[in-house]
Amino acid sequence: MEEAKGEEVTLFGFWSSPFVHRVTWALNIKKIKYKYVEEDLCNKSDLLLEHNPVYKKVPVLVYNGKAIAESLIILEFIEETWKENSIMPQDPYEKAIARFWATAAGDGLWQFFITEGKEREEALASVINNFELLEKELIGKNFFGGDRIGYLDISVGWISYGVPIFEEITEFKIITEEKFPLLHAWMEAFSSSEFVKDTLPPREKLSERYRKVREAIIQKKN
Amino acid sequence: MAGSGTSDVKLLGAWASPYVVRARIALNLKEVQYEFLEEQFGTKSELLLKSNPIYKKIPVLIHDEKPVCESMIIVQYIDDVWINSGPALMPADAYDRALQRFWTVYVDDKFVPSLFGIMRSPTEEAKAEAKEQALASLQLLEEAFGKISKGKPFFGGDTIGYLDIALGSFLGWMKAFEEMNGFKLLDDTKTPLLCAWADNFCNNEVVGAVIPETAKLVELAKVMQARYKSAPPAN
Repeated sequence: MEEAKGEEVTLFGFWSSPFVHRVTWALNIKKIKYKYVEEDLCNKSDLLLEHNPVYKKVPVLVYNGKAIAESLIILEFIEETWKENSIMPQDPYEKAIARFWATAAGDGLWQFFITEGKEREEALASVINNFELLEKELIGKNFFGGDRIGYLDISVGWISYGVPIFEEITEFKIITEEKFPLLHAWMEAFSSSEFVKDTLPPREKLSERYRKVREAIIQKKN
Repeated sequence: MAGSGTSDVKLLGAWASPYVVRARIALNLKEVQYEFLEEQFGTKSELLLKSNPIYKKIPVLIHDEKPVCESMIIVQYIDDVWINSGPALMPADAYDRALQRFWTVYVDDKFVPSLFGIMRSPTEEAKAEAKEQALASLQLLEEAFGKISKGKPFFGGDTIGYLDIALGSFLGWMKAFEEMNGFKLLDDTKTPLLCAWADNFCNNEVVGAVIPETAKLVELAKVMQARYKSAPPAN
């Protein structure tokens, strides 16, 4: 029975995409068996283009022949389809807060990473402002979801391995134990969680990829 | 007694903002009594800055002193809280819900920027390009309507739902731009389903009460355009 169920769920992804990782983590927490298809983003498969004609991007989840795109939308779909091991808060207000931070938490981080000088300073100020507020969401909790990993942890989870790489490449530490003790602890707890630790892309390979992307963007500007 | 008095629910907003219209339609459909606190154009109140420190934008719903930000998050919240009042704004089926959310994200990411690009574009060329993109988006939304509505008047079926609210709240501005520029965005030949949908949406009593008048939006647009023209070019 479980074998058959596994065939019904397919995830189209790419090894370095933080959006794909969100879906992987949710599928792991929900203990859903699925088939994974690694896409070559320079040569996208016909199936991917058929399943996501609007954006032509990963991740795409296909369940019983129906395709769902956009990672946060996939997370809500997974929550609503597989009822056990819930990842969404039950309370409507907490849901609203989680949905808000799912998109707001990362604001400015990419800008910080790919810019220099005054632009970078402005992006950094915005990131710090966000993190100061985000830190408060962790007061009295191990995870944003409380005792267990939830929707918001999954949505911002990429921060736990992405920010250290950004910090290394830009030679600037944003999330220090001193300034953001709760976020700092959360990063460690999240990335070492049983649902996450074996899914993280090889650090060197990911770091190299981000380094190259950043160089290309900065060069193009100058 | 739950819901007694209007001070339980406040909405920070402005009459012309389509994002605020989204929240108001949802509140009205759910028959929620609320206090509308109008922000003055060009300024931000202390309450707004305190309630939405990240984006400092309207709408903000304040329910029992707790702020909820981002228009479609507010709509979803209203649907979750006032679950026993008025129609369900989201369908029951998980895949149908995903479709409503997907096309709502599309409206916000692709359609709205091109729509307002028509007003903000500094050159005729840029304006034409924005218009083409807006039309292309509407074509996709027309196809989506065909699949999602299943022959019913709204994206939500028999009643106005999440995606209807997301897109429909922009109809006031769409009509304003059509009038100002002398072209059609919704067209009987290219987007017949959306034309019928737009009529049904705007004729709804609850909607009619909060969609801003086209003439007033045209007036406001002219003021805003003058500001864009006189502002130094963005680097």
